[in-house]
Amino acid sequence: MMNRPERLTEGRPTQGRPTQTGEAARSEIDTFTGNRALALEEGLIFEIGRAEVTGVDLDEPAPFTDRLGGLARKAALGLPGLSEPEAMRHYVRLSQKNYSIDAGLYPLGSCTMKHNPRLNEALARLPGFADIHPLQPQSTVQGALELMEELARWLLALTGMEAIAMSPKAGAHGEACGMMAIKAAIAAKGEGATRKIVLVPDSAHGTNPASATRIGFEIRSVPARADGTVDAAEVRRRLGPDVAAIMLTNPNTCGLFEKDIVAIAEVVHEAGAYFYCDGANFNAIMGKARPGDLGVDAMHINLHKTFSTPHGGGGPGAGPVALSAQLAPFAPLPFLRRDDNGLRLIEQASEAPQSIGRMSAFHGQMGMFVRALAYMLSHGADGLRQASEDAVLSANYIRASLADLLSQPFGDKLCMHEALFDDAWLKPTGLTTLDFAKALIDEGYHPMTIYFPLVVHGAMLIEPTESESKASLDLFIATMRDLAFAALRGETERFLAAPFHAPRRRLDETGAARRPILKWTKPVAE
Amino acid sequence: MRYLPLTREDRVDMLARVGVADVEALFADIPADKRLAGDLDLPRRKSEMEVGRLLSNLAAKNVAAGSVPFFVGAGAYKHHVPASVDHLIQRSEFLTSYTPYQAEIAQGTLQYIFEFQTQVAALTAMDAANASMYDGSTAAAEAALMAHRVTGRSKAVLSGGLHPHYAEVVRAASLAGGEAVVSLPPDVFAREDLAATIDSETSCVLVQNPDVFGNLRDLSQLAAICKEKGALLVAVFTEAVSLGLVEPPGAMGADIVVGEGQSIGNALNFGGPYVGLFAAKEKYLRQMPGRLCGQTVDAEGRRSFVLTLSTREQHIRRDRATSNICTNSGLCALAFTIHLSLLGETGLRRLARINHANAVDLADRLAAVNGVEVLTKTFFNEFTIRIPADAAGVVERMAQRGVLGGVPISRLLPGQGLDDLILVASTEINTEADRGALADALQGAF
Repeated sequence: MMNRPERLTEGRPTQGRPTQTGEAARSEIDTFTGNRALALEEGLIFEIGRAEVTGVDLDEPAPFTDRLGGLARKAALGLPGLSEPEAMRHYVRLSQKNYSIDAGLYPLGSCTMKHNPRLNEALARLPGFADIHPLQPQSTVQGALELMEELARWLLALTGMEAIAMSPKAGAHGEACGMMAIKAAIAAKGEGATRKIVLVPDSAHGTNPASATRIGFEIRSVPARADGTVDAAEVRRRLGPDVAAIMLTNPNTCGLFEKDIVAIAEVVHEAGAYFYCDGANFNAIMGKARPGDLGVDAMHINLHKTFSTPHGGGGPGAGPVALSAQLAPFAPLPFLRRDDNGLRLIEQASEAPQSIGRMSAFHGQMGMFVRALAYMLSHGADGLRQASEDAVLSANYIRASLADLLSQPFGDKLCMHEALFDDAWLKPTGLTTLDFAKALIDEGYHPMTIYFPLVVHGAMLIEPTESESKASLDLFIATMRDLAFAALRGETERFLAAPFHAPRRRLDETGAARRPILKWTKPVAE
Repeated sequence: MRYLPLTREDRVDMLARVGVADVEALFADIPADKRLAGDLDLPRRKSEMEVGRLLSNLAAKNVAAGSVPFFVGAGAYKHHVPASVDHLIQRSEFLTSYTPYQAEIAQGTLQYIFEFQTQVAALTAMDAANASMYDGSTAAAEAALMAHRVTGRSKAVLSGGLHPHYAEVVRAASLAGGEAVVSLPPDVFAREDLAATIDSETSCVLVQNPDVFGNLRDLSQLAAICKEKGALLVAVFTEAVSLGLVEPPGAMGADIVVGEGQSIGNALNFGGPYVGLFAAKEKYLRQMPGRLCGQTVDAEGRRSFVLTLSTREQHIRRDRATSNICTNSGLCALAFTIHLSLLGETGLRRLARINHANAVDLADRLAAVNGVEVLTKTFFNEFTIRIPADAAGVVERMAQRGVLGGVPISRLLPGQGLDDLILVASTEINTEADRGALADALQGAF
């Protein structure tokens, strides 16, 4: 590695024998185990476990005559068992190969990786929430229904919408739900045969077109202006009696507030179409603006983004959908109604003839509802607004601090909760956005979202959220600047083969796709 | 506010760097007349203690399964989950990481997904499994859509033994997409003739085993007929523990297997989050929905894992993706795989035998109650009884007396003339005393 003039030494021990780069190279020396001190290699459970071992003590039942009707399992499963100490060690070792928001800044744009309060984990595990069955008598779960009602009240206040569908299980599931409601509303007006088109900007999340086509719509794309936002006039040009809806993310995936949004809603409604808003970026505007006031007809809310239910390495999420008065009658089953006897789940189509039906087997992600409500109650109206303000301020702080080095696709201007850069500035270096991201891993950061949105070449989308201290932001900025300087100086070796210090170097993804190995198989003895 | 690290001074400094006078300037693109002036009409911030008190009060109004004799199933089952499972899934590195897009720093997540996929394939006796779906019902809907893609046909036939909520989810998803669904009438005794419903437009038959009434079904004949007629057999299960004792769908010839994984590793959670399991024959791999984790090597030749075949997925293929799913049930899949690793072959089989033994004992006890008839002859841990009274009323009265005694079939299938049926489940959590309590409560409730 070349010398880096801006390298941080402040606050680090400078006494004793300094570590030299030559020694750093030697630290890569092979060990017998393949371990590198705390970086421990770990086999698969199929290599560690044995069929006769179990980590759960159970007594064999007394002899009895089975009622399996001859359908008992014949072949062995081939599942290994681990004793509890082996299991603890296996999964702890695996966990240590992961980056996490608890360990460091996780600036994945569009993903809102904010702090996950542990109070919420504790409350979701109260037996009164975690140990209740979705089909036990409703008289025995009134507290759970009250919690759902209270969460709905908060979500409605924050969105300014009319109704809320609680059962969708993630953002994309919410999109499907909202678009199904729109489809049902169109059919109810007798326009189901004609309105088949959904307008989607090219910058949209892939889930938007996937959700719309899955329920029978066709996609018509909408370009963005040079400033990165959608022009109401362009929308109007694409509207017609064949258009069912527009799906728009706001703030959009370029981190910009769609400033024409009210005009867009107006032209969409004038044309007899509906306005679906992808709420993935709601974290920018909590308590600052309400989608209902902007003319939105349906919007999902990612509780696992905006309201901090943990991402868990890819879920579970929760994607309640806020609906306008026009779409409320089409809400999915079940939903809550309050009457003289308390709260009741409406579970049958006979009581909701216009409902689109069920999105999932039960009532939604209760475990996520508890966490999200705890998050909201903790912040309060004032705290949620402050969170949005801090998220937007932090993104702008990063943007302004890098604007002289990195290039911004839509010019040097304010952003919302995420800052977007492209790779124009990298062009003379021969390095790519991917190389830059991988070098960031060596610096102890999870990379930003890269190559999304697709409309921006070599996109780097940085979302710091409100959870970072100024010191954390400053160190990230300094790191980004140091890497940028190194790239511009031509120190390509720091990037091209990065990461050097992660549990793994770059992976052969092409090989993985060409010859997929999707499960462990017993090695054949040679 | 305890979750917000920026101080007033920090904010002032940062605004200066950004070059704006105040924070409102950052929101200038929001039309002024739509910008909220003050705080919303919602409570202000609360301490951890206050929030804990409020939500604990709500929790206390519910009757927890573990506090009473408990026999409710019908798609969600109470099992004992070892304490180590919940500890491990709360490790920061599992709990607070994102979908493993940067594989070099997500090998922990990727390896457990690979192990999970292997376990699910073994349980179901199928070639390959994906990284999880939201729950069993959404997995069933995705299976029907996948069968349409594979066969080029667009009609799904739903068995009358399929969980009615699953049928409704498949129906809603299919009708929205313009595909046909044929639902057979409720099939309490597993006597329906599914084969007769398959025609040249049928892409798949969805059949549940054990079915929603508890019946065990031999799917082998149906599989052969499906094959002959060019339709796919989609086998559904809602109780994953059954696969430790019952012949797996893959061994009976299923093309796609979907199910609910909640009962291994996951709490009841009032219906979610759960974890959908999805497995298929290898030849259909490229039509599968959801994420897949594959084995590969890194630049130093070390075994590694990575998300693969992603050209099927929405972030690449957009409107031509096999599914719109993005976030799935990662952490619930982790709970599943840890619990199953602890059980192993030996533990799972024994757990399944205990469940079956308890259910057999309960069936015999209930059959001895005057007026009660056990309708299900072959079952795993759940069966249907007929009582000489309105089942919903009886279940409610038992609840008032502190016994959660099952699910009235009328809650799942109202208006079908099945108002005297109760679905009763018994797992390893039920003691002899619990089973006796249910028999007594039932006796006293009609």
